[in-house]
Amino acid sequence: MTASRKSMGLHLGVLVVLAALFFILPPYHTGNMARIMVLAIYAMGYNFLFGYTGLLSLGHALFFAAGMYGFGMTVTQLGLPVPVAFAFGILAAAVVSLVIGLLALRTSGVAFMIVTLMFAQAGYLTILYFGEYTRGDEGFVIKQAQRTVAGIDLTSEAGRYGAAFILFAICFLLLARLVQSPFGRTLIAIRENEERTRMLGYDATRLKLQAIVVSGAVSGMGGATYALLFGYVGATFATVQYSIFPLLWVLLGGAGTTVGPLIGVLFMFYLIDISSSYTDAYMLIAGVVLVLLTMFAPQGLAGELRKRVMPWLP
Amino acid sequence: MEFGPHLMLASLEGAVIASILALTAMGLSIVFGVMRVVNVAHGEFFMLGAVIAWWVASHVGGHAAFGFLAALIIAPLFVGAMAAGVDRLILKRIEYDPDRTIVGTIGVLYIIQQTTLMTFGPDARPVEAPFNTRLALPWFEWGENGFAMFWPWGLSTTSYKLFVIVAAAVILLALWMLITRTKLGLIMRATQQDSETAQAFGVPVGRVYSWVFGLGAGLAAIGAVLVVPIQQAHYLMGHDPLLLSFIVVIIGGLGSLPGTVIAAFLIGMSDGIISVFFSPTLAKIFATLLVAMVLVFRPQGLMGRRAP
Repeated sequence: MTASRKSMGLHLGVLVVLAALFFILPPYHTGNMARIMVLAIYAMGYNFLFGYTGLLSLGHALFFAAGMYGFGMTVTQLGLPVPVAFAFGILAAAVVSLVIGLLALRTSGVAFMIVTLMFAQAGYLTILYFGEYTRGDEGFVIKQAQRTVAGIDLTSEAGRYGAAFILFAICFLLLARLVQSPFGRTLIAIRENEERTRMLGYDATRLKLQAIVVSGAVSGMGGATYALLFGYVGATFATVQYSIFPLLWVLLGGAGTTVGPLIGVLFMFYLIDISSSYTDAYMLIAGVVLVLLTMFAPQGLAGELRKRVMPWLP
Repeated sequence: MEFGPHLMLASLEGAVIASILALTAMGLSIVFGVMRVVNVAHGEFFMLGAVIAWWVASHVGGHAAFGFLAALIIAPLFVGAMAAGVDRLILKRIEYDPDRTIVGTIGVLYIIQQTTLMTFGPDARPVEAPFNTRLALPWFEWGENGFAMFWPWGLSTTSYKLFVIVAAAVILLALWMLITRTKLGLIMRATQQDSETAQAFGVPVGRVYSWVFGLGAGLAAIGAVLVVPIQQAHYLMGHDPLLLSFIVVIIGGLGSLPGTVIAAFLIGMSDGIISVFFSPTLAKIFATLLVAMVLVFRPQGLMGRRAP
């Protein structure tokens, strides 16, 4: 079997397993799996920039929140229909990421991380400042009536799982396709050696900007999906913690692999789920995992797999 | 109160904030300057200093000054030793790779913060100031009877706040002497300029890194001990000092010590003054955006030289 056949089989296999899980797992875990798939959309968006383009952003919560508020505020306050509001959420995230990208790409390395962190912090504070409309830290709830698409109630167990699955599958397949396209391969070349890629005649800055916008739009879609399926929008999702989560997931699962983000979210979600039943300080686990990962497995779970047994892993 | 006295009060508060900030940011700046790594856990070392100060002060009997003095010695030493341990255990093993150091210190941040939550708890706890006399301040104005001095209601500070400003100045001066006048400082500067050549001349670079990392964290802890009689100890208190220190170090120029002090006063004073007259959230939005823009358009900072 060729590598592309294998990769096609792997991606379809993952989707089949996810679809089958709904009929096998008890309701508590299908609820968890829906949340994991939504967060995995966010993680995949992050991975596109960090794993494939090699840009470490510490401000992706801004894009997640842009999608979330872009959807949530237009649907509750302007009363737009759900699909239009959803598209608006993605557009909002894309625009925000374009602006941030134009500014932040003038820096690189450590400065890039700090600049993105600062912009995200300013975004978070802006949400708090306009608390009159955004309801600040308290957040707001999207009513059940506003979470129905084409007669399907997305608050029901099947509706929520189905919607999460479909949106996840779209992003999963599209991104897998994209990273194997000439565009994706050029981004990988930039990650490996930007100077040489420039020398070959590619406009690296422009390509990196495009990568930021794709990454921001997908992350924003994650945010909009989260608001749509779980009905809550709040400033917590714009905090630094939510910029660090995708980094953690992607590092754990394997940066620069298509299945890494899903594995990372799945692993981390259950790790925190289990440990939070013992202690309030569940972020301690996240800290320990981060330290151990940087020290012993900087390539993550899927990265180690690729190194050892599956060199064709995309 | 009228505008003039109000402004004076705001600048005094700002000067206290600036003094603490100068100490904390200096720790971050030294670590970045010598080791070229960004320590994201710096705010947690600050928080740990405050929490240990509370712990020490609550275990030492007698006058409040004894507990405070003990805290001022024990907290920085403990935090510094712990940071040196972090350097040995983690940073050294990942070879100070910039990206991995950031991710690793984010991990350390959560470990320290959450361990404090488990042991110290979620409550804010105060430490009693060693002395705290209220000092009323005069105000001069041209009135109907010509130049006059009067004592506006509410225009006052405390002896402890003045002490904080003086103490910070003394410590910063001592640090400056350490770096420019002693052999230890010479070794630090040699490591900063070219660690490989320094190693070749027999400087134990690995040990210098541990000392510097400990020194940086210790400075944050001193700042925290000084602030804890004014602001209570809490497990989440490390967040703001971290962000502000970043801002100061960037505005001042990464690794430039005089730049750091000047920027700390600029940021601390304006933070104090803006927060009194405008919404603190708005002040923070402008400050963070300003810093991001400085980094984007003038990455070497206001005073720094271009990083190699």
